Amino acid sequence: MSLALKARKVGLRLLEAIPTVIGILVVCFLLTRALPGDPAAYFAGPMADAESIEQVRRNLGLDQPLPVQFVNYVTDLLTGNLGMAISTGQPVVAELATRLPASLELTLGALLLSFLIAVPLGVMAATRPNTWVDHLCRFLVTAGVSLPTFFTGLALMYIFYYLLGWAPAPMGRIDMMYLPPETVTGFYTIDTLIAGDWETFRAAIAQMALPLITLALFTLAPIARMTRAAMLQTLGSEFVRTARAAGLNGRRVLVTYAFRNALLPVVTTLGMVFSFLLGANVLVEKVFAWPGIGSFAVEALVVSDYAAVQGFVLSMALLFVLLNLLIDVIYTLIDPRVGEES
Amino acid sequence: MTSMTPGSTVASATAPTRPRSSYWSHLKYVMSENPVTGLAFGLFALIILAALFGPYLVPHDPLATGVGAALQPPSLAHWFGTDHLGRDVFSRVVVATRLDLLISVSAVAISFVVGSVIGSLAGYFGGWTDRITGRLVDTIMAFPLFVLAMGIVAAAGNTVENIVYATAIINLPFYARMARAEVSIRRNVGYVQAARLSGNSELRVLFGHIFPNIMPPMMVQISLNMGWAILNAAGLSFIGLGVQPPSPEWGIMVAEGANFIISGEWWLVIFPGLALMLAVFTFNLIGDGLRDLVDPQRRT
Repeated sequence: MSLALKARKVGLRLLEAIPTVIGILVVCFLLTRALPGDPAAYFAGPMADAESIEQVRRNLGLDQPLPVQFVNYVTDLLTGNLGMAISTGQPVVAELATRLPASLELTLGALLLSFLIAVPLGVMAATRPNTWVDHLCRFLVTAGVSLPTFFTGLALMYIFYYLLGWAPAPMGRIDMMYLPPETVTGFYTIDTLIAGDWETFRAAIAQMALPLITLALFTLAPIARMTRAAMLQTLGSEFVRTARAAGLNGRRVLVTYAFRNALLPVVTTLGMVFSFLLGANVLVEKVFAWPGIGSFAVEALVVSDYAAVQGFVLSMALLFVLLNLLIDVIYTLIDPRVGEES
Repeated sequence: MTSMTPGSTVASATAPTRPRSSYWSHLKYVMSENPVTGLAFGLFALIILAALFGPYLVPHDPLATGVGAALQPPSLAHWFGTDHLGRDVFSRVVVATRLDLLISVSAVAISFVVGSVIGSLAGYFGGWTDRITGRLVDTIMAFPLFVLAMGIVAAAGNTVENIVYATAIINLPFYARMARAEVSIRRNVGYVQAARLSGNSELRVLFGHIFPNIMPPMMVQISLNMGWAILNAAGLSFIGLGVQPPSPEWGIMVAEGANFIISGEWWLVIFPGLALMLAVFTFNLIGDGLRDLVDPQRRT
């Protein structure tokens, strides 16, 4: 019964994503048509005369009315055509696809790391208010939201690479000495484990450590803050008082009763956290010369490679929708209340 | 503009809804409970001072190259050292305050005005107004915000004005959502019905009677948002958008210094980075302090 209910909720949520995706497509389409000046003149190049500009306009379909252009744009997307990247001469889709695993590995790794630190920290701060843990939590939260990620990254690089020499040179995903592992998932850490190559695994981890810590410091703040607030709220609620009064031991009250319910608002904030994380990812990739889609977009921006930038914005937005969907599905699955309300 | 918005921030925060004496005692209580808020207001004054008078106070011209030997570490002559062109980093950091604040204050002002009008209309009239504006706001929020800002600047052209507009657009949802929520809970309270009965038009009721009452929470939002706007603008110029090289701006200074960090010239990155951090930190602290003042229940 409860499983069927959950399945229906998940299905409804999937339907809700459709208008969002349409909205994203409209905005991305408008961005492609908002190029400074005349897009046809831009694509025809600086040497083109009026006639060849007209020719390019007709080839690109820019002489059609906007709704027709939009339909053409969507059809192009469905066939995986995002245009060519001027800087590399490859199709944008291929460029993004080869670079996506690097970005995802960094983003998801940072999220995992900050979750592992922030949730226990928030719980401890909530259970021991006004102790050193609470103050540490408050300090980290305030510092975390004030620190520009690109600055944290450079500062960490100075300390751990230049001064201490612990970190390898901040260039790319793996040291030049090692060969990248055979691609299975595209995540170097997982691929090296599959290949059973411990040495390369260690090299990949070492290379990833600093960017990972930089991003994790940034995302730590909202998660810790939310965990603390949610824990304080559930610990003060009546069902926890009832559980205590019924004589359940402290651990059981804390984990089964308080924590499970406190986790819900934390999962909800993950959407916002992802929004920040995907943005910060771009900056961190530039700082550490990480070959992900963020640094690809930054390089494309510098040479005014519009197709590449627009492909990047679109794919990031779709990725974000997907992550939000995932969060909501997880929320429905872990929500102890769903299934009881019927 | 730099001096205007912060001025009104303080003014409306002190706009009392209860008798003045109890307000001041509450203020005193908040300050004594949390001396950090007092510190934040001090830092805030310092930042405003640097933004207004910075260019007249600094020892060197921020654009002049060769005022000292290139890449010198901090010394008495050059407090924050010199960069690769022999420019004085201290002067550049101080002078940059104005541009950084100008970008973020203008962006926040635009998104506050547009966002709160959209949100108020949606919250007051509901129905189709609410549905259309809600869809608009949801569409903006469907993007990772920094990425959307990158896309807007890339599409509209790489200028400082477009940085301002892009930052304003990505901040808009926060104001619109907040204004909508705050207005819709006040839509039918007693004083609003009284105002309507005495023959005020709907728009007059909304902007003359309800809007002033949602200002306190909006002010908190402005202050908290300001730090984020500064971070965003600096992030955009860090990746080479908007502000162009010779002009002093914190994000671009960090970007220029980044090339030297692996050879150990730390002062090029650390000082502008710290200035940036301090500014964001100040606005966040003020925001938290104002929130305690306006709504003691929402402390976390």
